[in-house]
Amino acid sequence: MASNDVQDYVGFDTITQQMERKFLKRGFNFNVILVGESGMGKSTLVNSIFASHLIDSQGRRAAQEVIRKTTEIAPVTQTLEENGVRVRLTIVDTPGFGDQCNNEGCWVPVIKYIKDQHAAYLERELKPQRDRVIVDTRIHACLYFLNPGSRGLRPLDVEVLKRLTEVTNVIPVIAKSDSMTIEERTAFKRRIKEELAFHRIVVFPYACEDDSEEDRVLNASIRELIPFAVVGSEEVMELDGKLVRGRRHGWGVINIFDENHSDFVHLRNFMLRTHLSDLVEVTAQRHYEQFRTSQLRQIKELRAQQAAAAATGGPHAMPTQAPPQAPVANVMQHQPMTQV
Amino acid sequence: MKSTSGSAGAQKKKMQGYVGFSNYPNQVHRRSVKRGFNFTLMVVGESGIGKSTLINTLFDSKIFSDREEMPPSAEPTKGVDVTSMSADIQENGVKLRLTVVDTPGFGDSINNEDAWQPILENIESRFDAYLAQENRVNRSKISDNRIDAVIYFIKPTGHCLRAIDIEFMKRLHTKVNLIPIVAKADTLTAREMEQFKAKILADINYHGIQIFKPVSDEFDDPETVADNREILSKIPFAVIGSEKHVERPDGSQVRGRRYPWGIIEVENENHNDFVKLRQMLLRTHMEELKDSTDMVLYENYRTQKLLSMGHVQDNNVFREFNPLVQLEEERRAHEAKMQKMEAEMTAVFQQKVQEKESKLKQSEEELYARHKEMKTVLEKQRAELDEKKKRAEATARPITPMEQHATKGKKKNIFSGF
Repeated sequence: MASNDVQDYVGFDTITQQMERKFLKRGFNFNVILVGESGMGKSTLVNSIFASHLIDSQGRRAAQEVIRKTTEIAPVTQTLEENGVRVRLTIVDTPGFGDQCNNEGCWVPVIKYIKDQHAAYLERELKPQRDRVIVDTRIHACLYFLNPGSRGLRPLDVEVLKRLTEVTNVIPVIAKSDSMTIEERTAFKRRIKEELAFHRIVVFPYACEDDSEEDRVLNASIRELIPFAVVGSEEVMELDGKLVRGRRHGWGVINIFDENHSDFVHLRNFMLRTHLSDLVEVTAQRHYEQFRTSQLRQIKELRAQQAAAAATGGPHAMPTQAPPQAPVANVMQHQPMTQV
Repeated sequence: MKSTSGSAGAQKKKMQGYVGFSNYPNQVHRRSVKRGFNFTLMVVGESGIGKSTLINTLFDSKIFSDREEMPPSAEPTKGVDVTSMSADIQENGVKLRLTVVDTPGFGDSINNEDAWQPILENIESRFDAYLAQENRVNRSKISDNRIDAVIYFIKPTGHCLRAIDIEFMKRLHTKVNLIPIVAKADTLTAREMEQFKAKILADINYHGIQIFKPVSDEFDDPETVADNREILSKIPFAVIGSEKHVERPDGSQVRGRRYPWGIIEVENENHNDFVKLRQMLLRTHMEELKDSTDMVLYENYRTQKLLSMGHVQDNNVFREFNPLVQLEEERRAHEAKMQKMEAEMTAVFQQKVQEKESKLKQSEEELYARHKEMKTVLEKQRAELDEKKKRAEATARPITPMEQHATKGKKKNIFSGF
């Protein structure tokens, strides 16, 4: 088609560059929640992934410090910049999770927080006059920390994962995996995958019909690695002339960037280099939409109930729940989370 | 219990030749070797923390077999089990009956508030069994299965102790010799481990938890004192276990764990404190552990138990015996007891009388109510029957005298048939 080339070039393929420029100007939000007991290596891992000291460990450091009685939610927001791209990164730590003798319900504050963020976004969306850009505080990824050495999933893990995977993208990791030999890791991963399948717990990445072939291949290779057996470190040391992050033991030095030593590189690339936009999109398309649907349906039912009650009239017709004053403002008490 | 120095009367004499009573310890030694020893160890820690591996490594034999893999559909264990495993092992002619008590399920549930309870009950039941045996008429054969030491496995978090650790240790430290260790020592670097151990000791001191520590006294030779001090400096021990042998770059085979970045050796003191643990537990302080269990822990338990059962320490036995005073006291005590018993009995009697009264009253009321009910029912029936009779008389033909006789007699039957 030699004759038509130059005139027939329309030029809409520059959309990607236009979007990139917009992104550069606007920046974006990325919110990650860390769920795991004290001492699992949460802070160290996050600080390693983002190569900066973002959060402090919330573990108990002195005997006089009291053991927390409930799970607290501790979000920390920072703006990072790389090559002109700005990200408002929020890391939400959950100190106290799983630390008590009786851990019944320790997941409740976590689930509530995640749902609250969906609710806040919904409220802003439903406003008659919306902001130009809605600040997105929804949780895009949840790193769930597994216990190395356990037979498989512990009863607490099963309970929490079932609930977490319903509201957010869950990425299971083993943070202090330097206490497991390679055989032990392989056996543990196999066991975890079996148990996840048995309990029907679906972790990120999800399979999607309109995935391209290379997406499928990539996702399959990621799923092979789950849960990621990683080692985190904030210490930079010199190894073979290069500066790496690692841990120095008396019997050897661990280089967290070495693929034979840990899956750290894979996790980082997965989270940030290949699936970052996926995480954000899937949160919006799948989890948020689910939440939104259930919320709006509840409001509809509520209004129907009210209408029915008003129609039949009489003092004995009482609405089963407190009637909402104004539809929009009230969405946000977001109606009973019967199942948390 | 160190022997007191000779009382005022004994003189120190010097012997002129070799007499030979210094051979006495050897005789004791030979007898104990003939008899054999027993040692009971308990291991406590969450699943997967390395209890079985450590025991197998300590005694260099497969005391615990590999845990079998359960399918994902298997129900997780609820609560804490206490199981025990015995093995007769021999070394250099010395026979040891080793019992290891395992506690599967500890710390594995969502709610671990009472995880320590079954363990404490088990320890106390062993004390009770020994106490019962001691009180038997024939005490020639006493089997001792009291727990000599509890090895508590601490997770290598790097932070202070967890709630479950503190709870467990506080509940049990006065009943057993507690030996806390840091499991999976290959998780932390040397510096991290130092800080972690300091935090653990701070927590232990803060909560007043007593752990087993080797102490030296004036009778020990300087070598032992130095050894003890070294052991003490490493407490709590940070250990790893391994049943497998790995080959080092120089070709030698050692017990250890192979990582892509190196090999950690079980018996290398620079890598972990396994050697110190083994030394303290088996080579130097086993006798001390058993002694402490027998003389201190068991005695305390026994005292508490007997006091709580009402026995009173009778120190009168040691004072000078004055029969009159004794009699007077006894009489008084006896009278007081009698009065108390009397008071109790009257109280019980009163209570029983009251109960019986109220019961009788109740049944009386019930009977009365029933009587009334039956009466009303009867009245109703009678009224019904009267009605029926009237109706029957109204419709029926006049009865012949013969029938009248018959019905008169049958009247009751017909009516009673209703």
